[in-house]
Amino acid sequence: MNSAAFVIIAIVTLTGALAAATLPKLIHAALCLVVAFVGLAAFFFLLGAEFVGLVQVFVYIGAVAVLIVFTILLTKRDADKPDKFNWGGVIVAIAVFGGLLWAILHTPSVAITAAQIPPLTIKQIGDVLMTNYVWPLQCVGLLLTAALIGALVLVMEEKQ
Amino acid sequence: MSDSIDQVFISAKQWLLSFLAGAPDWLMQIASSFLNIGAVLGVFLTLFALISVLERKILGRIQNRYGPNRVGPFGLFQPVADGIKMLIKEDIVPNRADKILHFLAPIMIAATAILALGIIPYGRNMTPFAIDGGILFFFAVGSTTELGVFMAGWGSNNKFSMLGAMRAIAQMVSYELPLVITTLPVVMVVGALSPDAIVAAQTGYTFGFVPHWFVTTPWGAAAFLLFFVSGLVESNRTPFDVPEGESEIVAGHMTEYSGFKYANFFMAEYFGMFAISGLAVTLFLGGWQAPFAGLQFIPSYAWFFMKLAVLLFTFIWIRGTLPRSRVDQVMAFAWKFMLPMAFTCVIAAAVWHYQGRGLAGWFWSLVVVAIVYFGLSWFLDTGKKFATRTYRFAE
Amino acid sequence: MTPTLQLFLIISAALFGIGLLAALSRRHAIFILIGIELMLAAANLNFVAFWRFGPEPQTPTGVMVAIFSIAIAAAEAAVGLALVIAVYRHYRTTNVDRFNQLKG
Repeated sequence: MNSAAFVIIAIVTLTGALAAATLPKLIHAALCLVVAFVGLAAFFFLLGAEFVGLVQVFVYIGAVAVLIVFTILLTKRDADKPDKFNWGGVIVAIAVFGGLLWAILHTPSVAITAAQIPPLTIKQIGDVLMTNYVWPLQCVGLLLTAALIGALVLVMEEKQ
Repeated sequence: MSDSIDQVFISAKQWLLSFLAGAPDWLMQIASSFLNIGAVLGVFLTLFALISVLERKILGRIQNRYGPNRVGPFGLFQPVADGIKMLIKEDIVPNRADKILHFLAPIMIAATAILALGIIPYGRNMTPFAIDGGILFFFAVGSTTELGVFMAGWGSNNKFSMLGAMRAIAQMVSYELPLVITTLPVVMVVGALSPDAIVAAQTGYTFGFVPHWFVTTPWGAAAFLLFFVSGLVESNRTPFDVPEGESEIVAGHMTEYSGFKYANFFMAEYFGMFAISGLAVTLFLGGWQAPFAGLQFIPSYAWFFMKLAVLLFTFIWIRGTLPRSRVDQVMAFAWKFMLPMAFTCVIAAAVWHYQGRGLAGWFWSLVVVAIVYFGLSWFLDTGKKFATRTYRFAE
Repeated sequence: MTPTLQLFLIISAALFGIGLLAALSRRHAIFILIGIELMLAAANLNFVAFWRFGPEPQTPTGVMVAIFSIAIAAAEAAVGLALVIAVYRHYRTTNVDRFNQLKG
């Protein structure tokens, strides 16, 4: 695994995420979120899970980010006023990160490097989806249908 | 002999790479990638220039006039004049526009359009980047275009731009579904997402003259038509060019752009056309394969670009012939007709496969497609009566 | 530095922390949703990292969980944003401090 690529992708992802969390204007934050998602997709490619990376770009950037951007558009009245920043949340977030960091650094068994593995092909993922993971697949299908109908019902204008 | 003409570009690239013979592995990979990228950009930028002038000439001929014919022989140097004009125009940015968004939007749209060109096999062994999930990459990159359109519309701080961007995104998102679902039968039948595997699955000829392309099967023909129409919509071409219709919404999300940025949008639209046509050739028309067994001496890349040229001519022909559709008609068409037909193609492909992929399979999949098509036509009929059409010609 | 599993876990913990920051310290409903999406994405990275560095890379368990998690995140984002739009229609604001009619 390439260390130069790892460092660059890590910097891009963390900068994008930090910008998405702290920028005052909402639309800039949404677009920096897209940069963070691209960085994450690059991480997935680096880890050898190319299908997950492609699905991440397709679903998160092509669907979730577009949804967020459309919602910003439709709820535009408050978008220009920068809102109050709650510093208590910052302290909690830093505390949680500190706790996780302590836990990671004090676990010796995770200080390992990656072995060379045969690349995971999409055919293998398809085989596994249809044999071991058939139940989760159908449940996710039902869940997505329910979410689709639910979202439509929520935003439908009521007939007066 | 014909083999070496077929692989002439591969040999040229190997010869260029041999100058770096002693270099470390990563440098060779980077050099090879850059050569691929340079080749793709060079070919498609030239094709873009050529198609922009050919489109105007063909549209002119359809409309009973000459196209541009002053600059160069038959007007073929017109793109040079257009390029110089675009470059020396003043770049106007609205005062209250979001400068960063306004600047990045054309770059993002053009970049995603060019990215999609990287996975298409242009000839035997001539795929620039052969990824295992090539088709998924194509759609992932294509769906990122919508964000660029939104950035253009929002960044201009203009109500027309915003409305145009919303219409464009609504149209693109609606037609993404038929686009992806019509590629499902092909992927299902081949069993792989890699474009090379899909082209390789279309080799062979029945009786020596009927190629095994997927367009010769009923589900393939229906899926090809649906894919082509969805491609028309995705590249915002007439009859679905409401996002850039001049009489309706000025120039939609491109209103506040001038000079080179507008040329960037223009280029992105054409590159989108090339990418969709290239993918249609790969998925349904057999990629770089020859249509008859006897014509295999013609190099593979020549066949690919000939098929691409036929599809691009059809794009231009449709633009010159059909009027623009209203935006609600466009949406109704996508959700009420194209989506059920796309699902039918998947079912028909399964029927074809399980009936043995022979003549029985052909017949039964045709029955499935025909039943759903005629059922939908009867069901969606609004019963409106139209006046008889009158034609007026210039004398 | 060759990327070890520790480094990946630290990056994903940092992403989670940033997502938590966005969810806890902003008052706009959509910012909170952005934070939630970041947290979900960080968890996905964790799963795939453990799959890669784990003892048995032939069984793609981590990858499968990540794929289902992405699908569920998309569904949750859709419903969440529909909620935001519905609430905006009623309150005419997206500041979550003003959603206080059920208080007390």
